[in-house]
Amino acid sequence: MSEAIHNRRKFVSSIMTTVTAACAIFAIAVLILILSYIAYRGIAAINWEFIVSTPKPVGEGGGIGNAIAGSAMMTLLASLIGLPIGIGAGVYLAEFGDKWYGNTIRFLSDTLIGVPSIIVGIFIYTLIVLPMQRQSGLAGAIALAIIMIPIVARTTEEMIRLVPKSMREGALALGAPQWRVTWDIVMPAAASGIATGAMLSIARISGETAPLLFTALNSRFYNWYYDKPMSSLTVQIYNFATGPFEVEHQMAWAATLILVGLILVINIIVRIFTRKKF
Amino acid sequence: MERIIDSQLDVLRDKLLLLGGTTEKAVHRAMQSLTQRDSDLAQQVIDDDKVINKMEVDIDRLSVEILALQQPAAHDLRFVISVAKITPILERIADHAANIAEAAIILNNEPEVRSYVDFPKMAEIAGEMLQAALDAFTSEDAETSRKVIKRDEEIDKIYDKVFGELIEMMIRDPDSTPSAAHLLFVAKHLERIGDYVKDICELNVYLTEAAFIKHKKSIKKLKKQAKREKK
Amino acid sequence: MKSKISIKNLDFHYGPNQALFDINLKIKEREVMAFIGPSGCGKSTFIRTINRMNDTIPIAKVSGEVLIDGKDIYAPKTDVVSLRRKVGMVFQKSNPFPKSVFENVAYGIRINRMHSGKSDLEDRVEKALVDAALWDEVKDRLNSSAFGLSGGQQQRLCIARALAVQPEVILMDEPASALDPIATQKIEELVVELKKEYTIAIVTHNMQQAARVSDKTAFFMLGKLIEVNPTEIMFTNPEDQLTEDYITGRFG
Repeated sequence: MSEAIHNRRKFVSSIMTTVTAACAIFAIAVLILILSYIAYRGIAAINWEFIVSTPKPVGEGGGIGNAIAGSAMMTLLASLIGLPIGIGAGVYLAEFGDKWYGNTIRFLSDTLIGVPSIIVGIFIYTLIVLPMQRQSGLAGAIALAIIMIPIVARTTEEMIRLVPKSMREGALALGAPQWRVTWDIVMPAAASGIATGAMLSIARISGETAPLLFTALNSRFYNWYYDKPMSSLTVQIYNFATGPFEVEHQMAWAATLILVGLILVINIIVRIFTRKKF
Repeated sequence: MERIIDSQLDVLRDKLLLLGGTTEKAVHRAMQSLTQRDSDLAQQVIDDDKVINKMEVDIDRLSVEILALQQPAAHDLRFVISVAKITPILERIADHAANIAEAAIILNNEPEVRSYVDFPKMAEIAGEMLQAALDAFTSEDAETSRKVIKRDEEIDKIYDKVFGELIEMMIRDPDSTPSAAHLLFVAKHLERIGDYVKDICELNVYLTEAAFIKHKKSIKKLKKQAKREKK
Repeated sequence: MKSKISIKNLDFHYGPNQALFDINLKIKEREVMAFIGPSGCGKSTFIRTINRMNDTIPIAKVSGEVLIDGKDIYAPKTDVVSLRRKVGMVFQKSNPFPKSVFENVAYGIRINRMHSGKSDLEDRVEKALVDAALWDEVKDRLNSSAFGLSGGQQQRLCIARALAVQPEVILMDEPASALDPIATQKIEELVVELKKEYTIAIVTHNMQQAARVSDKTAFFMLGKLIEVNPTEIMFTNPEDQLTEDYITGRFG
C-alpha cells in the first residue's frame, strides 16, 4: 500500500470519528438542555403541598396529588393487562411465529406501533366510553394497554430471538419438552431484555396524553375507583399549560419535572431488578 | 496440491538414498581392498564410515522433526517410520564394511592364504541385494523386496561352504589359522549384511502394504478380525 | 459384543437437498467412535439423527433405520423425551443455562423427575460433577453463575449436565473445538474415562483427537460414509484412497 493511500485513509478515519463524536455530543446536549430547562422552570413550584393536594382555583395554590395517583393507577392497570399479553404474544412470535400467521401478526403489530395514539383513544372511546356512558380510569388504562402491547410484543420477540439456539438445544437434548425449554431456559435468559422492553413501554405510556383525553378525561379530586373519570399527570400538564395564567404555566413545568423524575425512577428501579444475576 | 510435508519427505528420501548409495559403495570397496590387497583403499573405507555415521544422525533428526511437526498419517507415517528404521540398518551395514576393511589391512600384511574366489561371489550377491532393496524402496515395489529376501538363502549357502573350507584349512595348515580366523569374520560380516538387507526389504513391504511380514502377524489379519467383529 | 447403535440405510434430506446418503454403521456398547471429514460432510447431521435433534428443523426428513438397543428410534411410537434422556449430547459451543452451576446439572434431573428428594438431588449433582472431573473445581461455587466458569469448565459442566440424567449413549459434536490445548486435553482424558460406562460418538475436526480418544473412526465425505475402521488402521493404513488423502492433508 502506498504512503499516500495510507495517509488518506487515516485522514478520512479521523474526520469520521470527529463527526460521529460531534453528533453524539449534540444529542446528549439537547437532552441535558431539555432536562435542565424543565428543572430550572419547574423546581420553584415544587413543594410537599403541590405533590399531595388536589388542584384548586387559580391563585389558591393546590397541587397534582390526584393526578400522580391517577397516572400511577392507570399505568399499573395498563401494565397488568398489557405486559402479560404483550410478553405472551412476543414469546409466541419468537418461538412459533415462523409461519404465515406469525408474519401477519408481526406486520399488524408493527402497524399498531405506528398508529397515532389519539386514534387508540378514539377507538376506546367508541368501544368502552360510549357503552358505559362515561369516561373512566378503566377506559384510560385499556387505551394505554393497547399502546403497550405491540411494543412489548416486538421487543420481547427480539430479545427471545437473541437467546442462542445452542442454549435451547442443550435443554432439548436433556429431554425437556418445548414449552419447558421456553419457560425454564429461554425466558430467564431473555429476562433482562424483556424487562427493558417492558420498562420502555411503561415509560412510553406514562408520557401519553392523547389517548387519555377521550377516555379517562380528568378529575379535580382523588379518585380510587376505575369506573370514574381519573386524573393523570399528562392531562393535568396539558390543562395547566393551555391555561391563561402564568401561575398555571409554572405548575405545568413543575408537574413535568415530576413526570420526568418518575420515569427516571421507573428506569432505575427496573435496571436494579433486572441486573444480570446469571 | 503441494503439502509442506511433501518437500520434507522428498528431502528425507534423498538423504536415505544417498546413505544407501554410500553404504553400497563402502561394501564394494571393502571387498575390493581385500581381493586386490589394497590397504590404502581399506583405510579410506574406514575413514568414510564417520561420514556415514554423520548421515545417520542427520536422517534421525529430520525423521523426528517430521514426526513432531507434521504429524504424518497413513502412508506418510509409514514412510517416515520405515526410513527411521532403515537408516540404522544401513549404518550397521557400513560398520560391517569398515570391519571388513580392517580385516583386509591385517590380511594384506600376511601372505595371501587362499584365492578369495567365494568371497567376491558373496560380496556381489550382497551388493546386488542391497542395490535392489533400495531400488525397491524408492519405487515401493513389494514384489521385488520379497524376491530379494529369498536371495539371502544364496548368501547363507555360500557362507556355510566358506565356513567349512576355512575350518578345513586351519586344521590342514595351522600356520594359516590367524588369517583364516580373520577371513571367517569377513564371511560372517557378509552374511550379516545379507540379513540386514532382508530387514530393509521387510520394511519396504510394510511401507507399501502396511503388512508386518517380519513376525508373520499382518495388519490384514487384524482387519479380518475387525470385520468379523462387525458382523 | 452387541451393537448399541445400529444404522441401516439412513438417508437425510434438508428440504430438496440430500445431506446423508445410505449410511450403514454399527457402534458397539462402550465404544468410542470418532467421526471425521471435511466441513459440511454431514458428520454433525449424522450424529444428530441419533437423538433426533434434527426434529427441530421443520424441513428435515429422515428415512432408514436408527436402532438403539434394537429399537427403531424413528418408529412412530418413540418417546423423544425418554430417547434424549438415554442419548445425551454435548455441543460444539459450551451452552450452560443462565442458572447456577448446581441448577445447570440439576435441570435434567428435575425435568425428568429422577430424584426422590433434596438430598438425593444433591447426591446426583455431585456424582455427575465428579464423573465430569469438575467437582473439585466447582464444589465451593455451586451457587454462583455457570457463566463465571472458564470455557473448559463450562464444557465439562455441559458434560456433567448430560451425565446427570444417566444416559447410555453420549453424542459429542466437536466438544473441544473452541477450547485451548489444556482444556482440550482434559476433555479428551474425560472421554477415555467415560468410555468405561458409556457408548460415545464424537465428531471432531481434529484428527489427532480422533486418533487419541477413539476405538473406531468413521470418515464422511459429501454425505457419504466412506470408511469405518479401527482407529489405528484408519491412521496407519486406511482402505480407501479418499480417507488416505484426507488424513494426510491432501485435500481439505
